[in-house]
Amino acid sequence: MDRSDWPLWEVFIRARHGLDHKHVGSLHASDAEMAPENARDVYTRRMEGVSIWVVRSQDIVASSPEDRGAFYDPAEDKAYRHPTFYTVPDDVKHM
Amino acid sequence: MTISSAPADRDQARLEADFQTRVDAEQRIEPEDWMPAAYRKTLIRQIAQHAHSEIIGMQPEGNWITRAPSLRRKAVLLAKVQDEAGHGLYLYSAAETLGARREELLDGLHEGRMKYSSIFNYPTLTWADIGAIGWLVDGAAIVNQVALCRTSYGPYARAMVRICKEESFHQRQGYEIMMTLAQGTAEQREMAQDSLNRWWWPALMMFGPPDAESPHSAQSMKWKIKRQSNDELRQRFIDMTVPQAEYLDLKIPDDKLRWNEARGHYDFGEIDWDEFYRVLKGHGPCNRQRMETRVKAHEAGRWVREAAMAHAEKKRRRQSAHAA
Repeated sequence: MDRSDWPLWEVFIRARHGLDHKHVGSLHASDAEMAPENARDVYTRRMEGVSIWVVRSQDIVASSPEDRGAFYDPAEDKAYRHPTFYTVPDDVKHM
Repeated sequence: MTISSAPADRDQARLEADFQTRVDAEQRIEPEDWMPAAYRKTLIRQIAQHAHSEIIGMQPEGNWITRAPSLRRKAVLLAKVQDEAGHGLYLYSAAETLGARREELLDGLHEGRMKYSSIFNYPTLTWADIGAIGWLVDGAAIVNQVALCRTSYGPYARAMVRICKEESFHQRQGYEIMMTLAQGTAEQREMAQDSLNRWWWPALMMFGPPDAESPHSAQSMKWKIKRQSNDELRQRFIDMTVPQAEYLDLKIPDDKLRWNEARGHYDFGEIDWDEFYRVLKGHGPCNRQRMETRVKAHEAGRWVREAAMAHAEKKRRRQSAHAA
């Protein structure tokens, strides 16, 4: 890496109090102090956030799309985890 | 050898068929997904070209920041030029999800291997040009970009949605400048008309060559990284913009421009495609100046980027020494 190449960071923003942080994109910054400031300038020029998370892109671990089938297989045949699996008469209220 | 390569070819064909099925079903492709090498390459080129256009586009407008006619106009123009920088960064970020490196993309621009929109090679001679750029150039960009909000590559589509929300301010502030001049003194009206005369045709060229001469269009449409043809988008822009010019009581510099009742669209005159290719090949009024300014800014900033990295390393070393 050229000395002038800053590392890449992923940016997550909480839009309003009560909401989750959501991934919005990435940016380059030299260190953990500069990254949130750059994120503020790039991703919240119109008050789009009340809280910012940044994490080095190289530290993100992602599941593999090719293994999607096998990876999610354990949940596939467990429809009984959903409330609609059970029959309850219409006359029974508040359930 | 046919025997050993046959299964690999079959795998490749199956992957490509699955990919196209997903695209046809309007499912977004995400960075970790399998994609044809040519799809990746075409997208990197298209997104980077778009990003380069955003940051080169800061120059013609930046030219007027110090001479904006009021504090309000100056604050607005500053915010707009900052937005263009932001748009460039969203797009570089999208290109990087495809495995491109930021420095490589910038080198490609600086060494003339990658292109940017030819519109930014025209000069901003008067204040009215800031109005015309917002109204016409950003207006044309919006027509292009709204279509791209549904592009098949997820990070690109999401960047486009964000950009479109912000471009609307750009176009409205431009139209407001034109309106102020058009309703002003005779001299101001003339300035607005002159600006429209100079920007109209280059704005129409922003949609690219006619469909018949657009070589990569068919594949890009199939991959849904282009959603509508150059000619369709150009026609839409003209149909939207003519009534806006009429409201300003300014004349669009095209004697062949007239409403065609049968088609339900405006007919318009011949575009000078020789001029388009001339500017694209580097012979527009400002190509050299734009690149010189860009490269100079990049080189002049190098010591800042290096110093920031050196500072970050020093801080890290000090912290680990302290912890030990």
